[in-house]
Order: sequence, then C-alpha cells, then structure tokens
Amino acid sequence: MNRTIITVVGKDTVGIIAKVCTYLADNNVNILDISQTIVQEYFNMMMIVDMARMKKPFEVAAGELAEIGKQLGVQVKCQREEIFDKMHRI
Amino acid sequence: MINISEVIETNKMIEHENLDVRTITMGINLLDCADGNLDVLCQNIYYKITRLAKDLVQTGENISKEFGIPIVNKRISITPISLVGSSACQTPDDYVAIATTLDKCAKELNVNFLGGYSAVVSKGMTASDELLIRSIPKALAQTERICSSVNVGSTKTGINMDAVRLMGDIVCQTAQLTKERDSLGCAKLVVLCNAPDDNPFMAGAFHGVSEADAVINVGVSGPGVVKYALQQLQNADFELLCETIKRTAFKITRVGQLVAQEASRRLGVPFGIIDLSLAPTPAIGDSVADIIKEIGVEQAGAPGTTAALALLNDQVKKGGVMASSYVGGLSGAFIPVSEDQGMIDAVECGALSIEKLEAMTCVCSVGLDMIAIPGDTRPETIAGIIADEAAIGMVNQKTTAVRIIPVIGKTVGQSVEFGGLLGHAPIMPVNSFSCERFVNRKGRIPAPIHSFKN
Repeated sequence: MNRTIITVVGKDTVGIIAKVCTYLADNNVNILDISQTIVQEYFNMMMIVDMARMKKPFEVAAGELAEIGKQLGVQVKCQREEIFDKMHRI
Repeated sequence: MINISEVIETNKMIEHENLDVRTITMGINLLDCADGNLDVLCQNIYYKITRLAKDLVQTGENISKEFGIPIVNKRISITPISLVGSSACQTPDDYVAIATTLDKCAKELNVNFLGGYSAVVSKGMTASDELLIRSIPKALAQTERICSSVNVGSTKTGINMDAVRLMGDIVCQTAQLTKERDSLGCAKLVVLCNAPDDNPFMAGAFHGVSEADAVINVGVSGPGVVKYALQQLQNADFELLCETIKRTAFKITRVGQLVAQEASRRLGVPFGIIDLSLAPTPAIGDSVADIIKEIGVEQAGAPGTTAALALLNDQVKKGGVMASSYVGGLSGAFIPVSEDQGMIDAVECGALSIEKLEAMTCVCSVGLDMIAIPGDTRPETIAGIIADEAAIGMVNQKTTAVRIIPVIGKTVGQSVEFGGLLGHAPIMPVNSFSCERFVNRKGRIPAPIHSFKN
C-alpha cells in the first residue's frame, strides 16, 4: 500500500472526475475512496488512492495531475497520506 | 480513515495560513577534522561537510513535494569552530580562512545558512576562543551564508563579562565592516546565554559537543495558523483560548515530527529534536505580534503584552511536547522585530520599545532579536544591553540572546531593509545614559544562587 491523497479544488465543471480517474486508471493507480463537498462555492474533491503499482515516480505523477488540473481550471494536489494522519490522529 | 474536512483543514493551513516547516538543520561534528596544519584542517572540514550533507537539500525538496508542505530552509550547524581550529589557528585571519571554506561548502551544497562559527566562553576564554571572536567581523564581511554566535554566560557558570565587553566591540566592528549593506553582518551574529547544543535556528545554531557525529534537527513554524484559530474564538475565556493554542501547536508540531523522521530515515542520520518555535516571517499574517493582538492587546508592547506572550509561549510548548518524541533547541515564540510585520508596525506607531522587548524576553524564547539601533551607539552600551539580556537568561534558567544591528550612518526616524526573511526595521532609540564603568570592570558575574527564589 502506498496511500496518497489527491485533492481537487476549483470551480465545478464537466468532466473533472472523469479526467482525473482516467489518468489514474492509465497509470495503474487504485482508488480506495472518493468524497466531495462544496466549500464557499468551490468544488472540493478528495480521493484516497493506492499508488503501490504505479510505475512512474511520485513527483512525475503529481506534476502530470497538476497539469491536468490546469487544463480544467482547477488545482490538483497529490500528497502522501501520512501528513494528514499525523496531524489529525493521535 | 482521513475525511475530507481534515484534508481541507490541513491544506488551508498550508495555503492560506503560512504553515511551513521552517528548517531542516543537519548538525555535523567537526572535532575529528582537527589538525595542526590550517590547509589540512580546511580540507578535512570541506570533505566531511560535503560528504555528510550532499543530499540534504534534495531530500528536503523531495519531502516537501511528496507531503505538500513547504520546507523553507535547509541548513547546517557545526561544532563551534573555536574548538576545531584551536591547534591550527595562530591569528584571526587563520580563522577567516576556515570561514571562507565553510562558506564554500554552504554554497556548493546550496544550503541557506551554515551556523557554528562560534565560541562557547560562558566562564572563560581560551586564546583560540578570543582569536575566533576577534575574527568574526572580517569573517562575516567576507562570507555570505555563515552565521556566528558566542555564548557568554550560563546559569551554572555566571556571565563572562570580559567576553560581554569584547562582544560590544565585535558587534560594532561587524556593523562597520558591512556598512555598505546596512550593517547586515550583525544580522548573522548573536550573543547568547545558556545556548542549547541542538538549536536548528539561525543565527545561534551550532552542533554542541554533547551531540552525536551527525543529527537532524527540525524547526517548525506557524504563527499564522495559531492566529487564524484564535480569530474564530472572539471573546472566549482563557480556558478555551489556551486549549485552542495547544491543539493548534500540536497539529503544527506533528508535521515537523513527520518531516524530521522522514529526513532522518532518508539521509541515514539520526533524528535529534524538534524545536517547538513559533517563528514569524515578514509575510502578512505570519506574525507573533498579530497573535498577541488577537489575544486582546491593541498593539504588541501595550500593557498586557508580557502576560499574553507568557500564556502563548507556555501553551505552544504544552501542545507541542506531546506531538514530538524529542523536543529541544530554543522552543518558544520568537519575537524578532524586523522579521515580523506586526512587531514592525508596533515599533512604528510607538507602542513598542527596547525596554518592553526586554521584559518580553523574560517569558518567551530567545531575546532581543533583529533590532536595528542607531549606528553611533557606543560599544559599551551594546555590551550593557548584552549583559542585561544574559542576566535575564542566567537568573531565569533560560536561553536568551542579543542580535542587534547598529546601522552605520543611520539614526532614529530612519529604517533599514535587509531583504528576504530578515525583513526590514525602523531604527529604535537606545537609552543614552552610560554604563561604561560597569562593563569595563574585569572578570565575571558569579553564578546565581539556586534556592530562595523570589
């Protein structure tokens, strides 16, 4: 398991989830959980994914996902899960 | 499993509230580099530092990318150079040669600062300690990334007043030699009392002799996060106020702990300590003074400031201690003037004086920090300021420090721009009455009594 959190923040538009999920499927990344919410009129999506079987280095995937986000006008971030775990769990 | 609101909260801290890890500092022991020949010594130092720290910056950047948390500085601290250079250096210029070597290492490794051009003289000065101290002005003028510190006292030994008096001169000479850059050299020189061996923050970082061969220390930050959390409370009572600071400090520190453990694992260097400090930057919203204001004081420096700061400092420690396996360094709230926009505002509107800052240093981390004073301030007066601050540290069993900048050619009413994280500062007035007879006495102030606390 190599759990990573992908967050998408920005104005809602058609195909955000589709584009991100297609990229993940193409790169052998398994989605474990998806949730989304609207905060101050902004679309917020969070995915918990497993990157253990991905061939690319983490920073390459993070860069490519950010680029997909740019094309959609949203911000896509990849962060390893531990930062959230450490901060919010004792 | 982590939920979306927790993820949003963490990312909001990073993106909007200036949460960052202020520094990963690698401490490196240089005692085994010692040699009677200066060239061999410099070579040994160069090889050891560049070998141990070659991956420090890249590792810091990788961790930053993977976790999505900025790591602002990557630094190195080394064994106090007065110990390493004692058998090779016969003149102050010999020490300057070591400083140049260290600066070359720092630039090649691309670390932001290298600290440890230092001497620990809390009880007495050896000949090599004195040579190193006398070389500081030239060393800081000829290098870019070297930080220097001198420890002039401790609770156990008292205060070495000969060293204090000498440092008054050294601060002035450093200002003079870097006067074309608004006396910037003094921003990299700090005079300490009770200096810790494992401090990751500059300018006072050095790798003490009680430490292992190499170690990773991490300094956290996050005044903006604390301020934002307090903003949500409005007029809550002290219980809720303190709880909120503790919770926030816990969260901030956990990120530091994670980064420290990762850096330690990847570099193969043991984890030393987390320094639980609220370290401000000149960025808007990243200010300790703003937290004081949020607690309910109109401007930093107004009555109530010292109490508010004491409360803040204590809660940050209480929250942070549980978040980290090892805590050390300076651990507390920093109150530099030039590096904190709220402090600068307070000075400019007349709310904050050096005397009030001195009172504030009794209850929080470090001391008179990044304060610009008139360039014609006498060395004896600077020595007096150092002695006062050292006395506060000695009696209260805490670290105190003085990093003041007599800006050559400038006086009260003008201001100085250091740039970057060092910020800018209005020149503050200094009490003009003399302490010459006091600081020119020879010898040392005895260690204080450890009972009858009043």
